[in-house]
Amino acid sequence: MAALVCLAVLGPLGAVLWRADGPIRLGASDWSAIRFTLLQAALSALGSVVLAIPVARALARRTFRGRQALVTLMGAPFLLPVIVAVLGLLAIFGRAGWLNGALGWIGAGDVQIYGLQGVVLAHVFLNLPLAVRLLLQDWLSIPSERIRLAHALGFSHADMRRHFEWPLLRATLPGAALLIFLICTTSFAVALILGGGPAATTVELAIYQAFRFDFDLGRAALLGIVQVAICVCAGLMAFGVTRRRDIGAGLDRAPMAWPGDTRGSRWGDTIAITGAALFLLLPLLAVVMQGLPAVSGLPGLVWAAAARSIVLALASAALAVSLAVPMAIFMVRLRRPALVEGVAFLTIAVSPMVIGTGLFVLIFPVADPVALALPVTGLVNALISLPFLLRALVPAVQQAEATQGRLADALGLRGLQRLRHALLPRLSRPLGFGVGLAAAFSMGDLGVIALFSTPGQGTLPLEMYRLMGSYRTDDAQGAAVLLMGLTLALFWAFDRGGRLNADA
Amino acid sequence: MRHTIIAAGLSVFAGAALAQSPVLTVYTYDSFVADWGPGPAIEQAFEAQCACDLQFVGAGDGAALLARIRLEGARTDADIVLGLDTNLTAAAVETGLFAPHGIVAQGLTLPVAWDDETFLPYDWGYFAFVHDVELEDAPANFEALAASDVSIVIQDPRSSTPGLGLLMWVEAAYGDRAAEIWEGLADNIVTVTPGWSEAYGLFLEGEADMVLSYTTSPAYHLIAEEDASKTAAAFSEGHYLQVEVAGMLAGTDQPELARAFLEFMLSPAFQEVIPTTNWMYPAALPADALPDGFETLVQPSQALLLSPEAAAAARNPALETWQRALSR
Repeated sequence: MAALVCLAVLGPLGAVLWRADGPIRLGASDWSAIRFTLLQAALSALGSVVLAIPVARALARRTFRGRQALVTLMGAPFLLPVIVAVLGLLAIFGRAGWLNGALGWIGAGDVQIYGLQGVVLAHVFLNLPLAVRLLLQDWLSIPSERIRLAHALGFSHADMRRHFEWPLLRATLPGAALLIFLICTTSFAVALILGGGPAATTVELAIYQAFRFDFDLGRAALLGIVQVAICVCAGLMAFGVTRRRDIGAGLDRAPMAWPGDTRGSRWGDTIAITGAALFLLLPLLAVVMQGLPAVSGLPGLVWAAAARSIVLALASAALAVSLAVPMAIFMVRLRRPALVEGVAFLTIAVSPMVIGTGLFVLIFPVADPVALALPVTGLVNALISLPFLLRALVPAVQQAEATQGRLADALGLRGLQRLRHALLPRLSRPLGFGVGLAAAFSMGDLGVIALFSTPGQGTLPLEMYRLMGSYRTDDAQGAAVLLMGLTLALFWAFDRGGRLNADA
Repeated sequence: MRHTIIAAGLSVFAGAALAQSPVLTVYTYDSFVADWGPGPAIEQAFEAQCACDLQFVGAGDGAALLARIRLEGARTDADIVLGLDTNLTAAAVETGLFAPHGIVAQGLTLPVAWDDETFLPYDWGYFAFVHDVELEDAPANFEALAASDVSIVIQDPRSSTPGLGLLMWVEAAYGDRAAEIWEGLADNIVTVTPGWSEAYGLFLEGEADMVLSYTTSPAYHLIAEEDASKTAAAFSEGHYLQVEVAGMLAGTDQPELARAFLEFMLSPAFQEVIPTTNWMYPAALPADALPDGFETLVQPSQALLLSPEAAAAARNPALETWQRALSR
């Protein structure tokens, strides 16, 4: 299975390399693009996970009205097409945004978003939700028997940190940071728009240029290989500091409040939740306010594209799950699971432009790539969501095996039986989260269809871009709201399935 | 039940057998084939006279279009490529995939002479900075813009055709002084976007006073939205032209039909569709045949255009100049 994924990424890369002619080398501008890519991705990943810690902790130990809705809504930035997210962010932080409006009103100076700070801000905005959810999944998986024991032992804050938080963070944080780092290395539009100029050139932009204006396939493939190398190095570093977690077994009881609660920690949690909610939700609110009036008047082809996108999202989520569950189970049995997960990470580390073009080169001699546009897009979307699914599933499978494995062994449960009785009941939360994420991701991602598409086949994000590209800004904003609504609904439908038993 | 399925299958085959009229495949950019673009009306008009099936295939934008053809090479299904501009045609000719059109183009209404053997123009526009009519003291040339604190948003010449157009504009107007101009503009540029849509979107959101677009952009707002609040700044250096062209592939299996389409492209039935769908000036339609509203547009004093060869030769040095000036 892992070999298959490997082939699906490296095959297209090889195909592009094979089609290249002439000498292949990287110029000085490529090296500066690589440097900028690494810098902004590292800062963005660091920013996202560091900010995610207080937010996830607060969401894990507080219950309040509307918590579920908030958790779902806060996932939205990660699921949106980047241009929508960027426009929403600019409505708040831009030169004519709410923040500068408010600052101007009270006579303070103005905030300059364009530059490295803007790139990092946007990437944190896009990826903080993912980091929060990955950490939250883990925190919620602490057996409540353990928390009860901590209560009984009169654990203080420091004790909780030492015995629960730190081991959990060691297990989850490096992987989450790696995931976000890799997502940010293939960033292109966000980095360029918010970077404010050509100093903010990323590897992905260099690839784009190599393909489109220079048609220098060799250079594009070489830059694709650079992305693979970055992925491998980052992977080795992240997994080097990851520790397997061991937080004990439980009987799947409902979670309970943590001991050592103080007024200070209550305030801290309130600030963390309010701050994150404002940061993540205000830009979305701006998008909705601008686009909502146009939704009802959207042209028919937008609705048709929406229907196509939903089918595509469900199909690629199903495919992603059928790949991810066996992979996760297989990985847990390995001594070095990181290797397999690293392979899955390649799917997000390598430029969609390279993969799309490579697939085109591979398909063109045998079939019509345009006729296969939707299946190919579905397949690539499924592959791209694999790393997220694995990140959610692997820790859960590890824990299920650690807690239920011996009993299952003793009962002689194997294969499907073991999956059904020992593993799946404990996987429902991460699986629901993962399927929701995969479906929503496929829904909101422009994906490789942009390379293959033809009229009457477009997905909703593609139609939205097309509307934007022909002056129809109002309709494009309406389509963005529709896309956001559908994506969130899809995510919520699956994710809730996993969360129900936790809140019961 | 089974019989109906078989019958349905047979009728599909029968339908395919009947529809043996020749197919003309035209690769073009996405917005050309959109429902609101020129594609549907043009398809209808051409099919009414050609006894053929005209099929448009959308492939991103102009630059993506050329990349697609190069990727497919001689085996491409395309008979015609429609949507390259003169900054790309030198590279397109170099591929050897295109054939001379052999048509004597008459009645062209471009502001420049046209004698390209491979490509024929179908529309054109002037690049221009679009702004709100309320903007006071709109700059009248690049030097005034650089000296002012008017903010602009532009497209990246490495990923976008208008971005490349601006690069050529500065090159054509200032030549050796281009670096100096770009350095002067650096503090006016709010940001650089990958494509036209993002830049125009940022402008409409109020992120910048002006955006690089076309003198015809205000016509969209005026005619489609009845909004007269946008205009374009007339620059005294003259305005660089974008000429959009089509050419036929050397490997086409329908050379006669392809030529017929290129001739149709310069006829009123095609040309009249262009202004209010592609929001550009048609390449062969007199000014008095333009729709109401076009007469309000800014008329540049001079049209600038580098030859395809000069544009191709200037591109890399100009890119380096641009990147160096703006990376400071």
